[in-house]
Amino acid sequence: MDWTWFHRLASPPHIYRVAGTLTPWFAWPAGLLIVSALYAGLFLAPPDYQQGEGFRMIYVHAPSAWLSVMIYGVMATAAAVGLIWRMKVAHAAAASCAAIGASFTFVSLVTGMLWGKPMWGTYWVWDPRLTAQLVLLILYLGYMALRSGIDDLGRADRASAVLAIIGVVNLPIIRYSVEWWNSIHQAPSVMKMERPSMPFDMLAPLLMMLLGFTLLFAAVMLVRMRAEVLRRERGASWVKEVVS
Amino acid sequence: MRDFFAMGGYAAFLWPAYAVTFAVVAWNIIAARRAHQQALAEARRRFSADADGDAP
Repeated sequence: MDWTWFHRLASPPHIYRVAGTLTPWFAWPAGLLIVSALYAGLFLAPPDYQQGEGFRMIYVHAPSAWLSVMIYGVMATAAAVGLIWRMKVAHAAAASCAAIGASFTFVSLVTGMLWGKPMWGTYWVWDPRLTAQLVLLILYLGYMALRSGIDDLGRADRASAVLAIIGVVNLPIIRYSVEWWNSIHQAPSVMKMERPSMPFDMLAPLLMMLLGFTLLFAAVMLVRMRAEVLRRERGASWVKEVVS
Repeated sequence: MRDFFAMGGYAAFLWPAYAVTFAVVAWNIIAARRAHQQALAEARRRFSADADGDAP
C-alpha cells in the first residue's frame, strides 16, 4: 500500500496549506445552513402540541449538545493518533478542538437550563445526563489547563492526550444516561435507530442546524489548527515563506 | 410581530438561549481568526528580527 498520503498528511506545511484552502468550503455552507435553519426554525416550524413555542429551544440546544460530544470524540481520536504514531500534526489538531468543544458544552448547559426552567420547573437537577454533561465541560477545561501548565510542548502533548483518551468513557455515559438511569432528560428524538419522532417541518430545521454547526466546527477548527501549526513550527523555513 | 417576540410566553427563556448560542458562535469565529493572525504576526516579527541580525 502506498503510504505517501499519510506522510503528506503529517507534514505541517502541507496541512497549513490544505487547511487554508478547505476553510471557506466549510464556512460558507455552514453560514448558509445556519441562517436558513434559523428562519425555518423560528418562522416555518409549527408549535409543539405539548411545549408550544418553547420547543424552539431544540434548534440551539441539540446542535450545541451534539457538537460538545462530537468534538470531544474528534479531539480524543486526534490525541490518540498523535500518541500512537508520534504525529505532531495530530496533537495540534487535538489542541485546536478543546476551546471550541468547551464553548459549545457551555452553550448546551446554559440552553438546557433555560429549557429546564419552564418545562421541568427547575434550572438544574443532579440528573445523570446533566451531571455527565457538566463532567464533559470539566474534562475540556482540565485538558486546556493541563496543556497550558506544562512548558515542554512534547510533554504537554502526551499528558493531555492521555487525559483526553481517559475522558472518552464519559461519552457513552452521556449518550446512554437517559436509558440506563431514570433521567429527567428526554430520550433522543432524532439520533436513534427508528424514524425521528417529529414532523418534517419541525425536523428539517433541526437537521440543517446540526449539519450547519458541524461544518462551522470544521471551519473554526481548521483556522485554529493553522494557528497552532504556525506556533509549533516557528523557526521552520516554510513559515518564513508563508509570512514573507 | 409582537406575538412572534412573545413566543407564547417563552420569550424570557428562548431569546437569552439564542443570544448566548450565537454570541458563542461569533466568539469562536473571532477567536480562531485572531489566533491565526497573532501566530502570523509573531512569525513575521521573528523573521524580521532574524534579518536584522539581533535574534538568536
